[in-house]
Amino acid sequence: MTVLTFTLIMLLGAFLAGFVGSLSGLGGGIIIIPLLTIMLGVDIHYAIGAALVSVIATSSGSAAAYVKEGITNMRLGIFLEIATTLGAVGGALLSTIAPTSFIAVLFGLTLIFSAVNSLRKKEEHIVLESSPLANKLHLNGTYPTHDGEVIAYGTKNVIGGFSMMGIAGMMSGLLGIGSGAFKVIAMDNIMRIPFKVSTTTSNFMMGVTAMASSVIYIQKGYIEPGICMPVVIGVLFGAMAGAKILVRTNPKKLRIFFACLIFVLAINMIYNGINGKI
Amino acid sequence: MALTEKSKNMTPNISQEKDFQNIIGNLLRYGVWTALSVAAIGGIVYLLHHGQEIENYSVFIEKDKNIFEVIASIYQGLIQGKGDSIIFSGIILLFLTPVFRVLLSLFSFLLEKDYLYVAITSIVIGIIILSISFGFSH
Repeated sequence: MTVLTFTLIMLLGAFLAGFVGSLSGLGGGIIIIPLLTIMLGVDIHYAIGAALVSVIATSSGSAAAYVKEGITNMRLGIFLEIATTLGAVGGALLSTIAPTSFIAVLFGLTLIFSAVNSLRKKEEHIVLESSPLANKLHLNGTYPTHDGEVIAYGTKNVIGGFSMMGIAGMMSGLLGIGSGAFKVIAMDNIMRIPFKVSTTTSNFMMGVTAMASSVIYIQKGYIEPGICMPVVIGVLFGAMAGAKILVRTNPKKLRIFFACLIFVLAINMIYNGINGKI
Repeated sequence: MALTEKSKNMTPNISQEKDFQNIIGNLLRYGVWTALSVAAIGGIVYLLHHGQEIENYSVFIEKDKNIFEVIASIYQGLIQGKGDSIIFSGIILLFLTPVFRVLLSLFSFLLEKDYLYVAITSIVIGIIILSISFGFSH
């Protein structure tokens, strides 16, 4: 394939990945990797590098709006970034020595986990009391609703959430994904933070987390400009288009459809990983 | 009780905090658009020169350069007007956006005299520097 053809296919594919990623709530990075490796035969290391670059672009782009609205809990985000950046550096170092088949299988499993997680029913729970450690770290906060009402919330189990964030960071560094699913589990299920705050804060943290592993990726040659350019541009515009549609439609049926699609991709990745075809 | 005490202490800082939210929001937005514009220009230049070549992305070539060598070679390429170097500098700009965001947060906590978070933010910056220094371990 010539570079020009590849670039055009990639631009379109990345647009679709960003679009599906935003509609399904999985993020563009996690979809672009199977697309590059299974469909275009790109080496998984280049795919991971390109996905990481697109994660930084989409997360920074959407975090901008949430930060301005005051939904993001910046203290919580920065505190947890200690865990995610440490994990990310560890994950990136691990990815440089881990065998390709291991990365492919782990990626497939993460993909299944994220797809199942995106279908899980999300119930809103607001706790008002914070744990003593959360109080010391000022991790409680408030966020505005659509009606302009301000809702206060507390934070629980700081150590549990922090540890889970370390794992989220490691997956991010190892696989080049935003690992939103792991982050939301840490904040929603463990720290009992309202859904709206946890998703926006998770987004806010992705840029810095990805940055911590990106330095190692650059030094190892994972970042190939010819692949990254169409991927970043495509994913970002796809995510923007997806966000516009999301406001107007009920994504429940779409989510089930995409979860099935992703499940097939995941099985494919695991199968190819075991057979050493990736 | 602790909550009301805290909100009392915070009141004079609320408008300042709002200002910082706006500044950080703008930094993220313009940072991403600047980086992407640079990458897109580089992409056009790259395609004009290399568009008809056959890609070889299925073979991973592992490199072991430290970050300063990489930046030096991007700079060399920029002078020669190479497309891939222009794309790469766009990517570096994109990577710098969250770094500036962390530095800005550090500054914001310093102004608020929230020294606990000055320390926490410094640890994050320390980890990022640590990850850069891994380039020298080879």
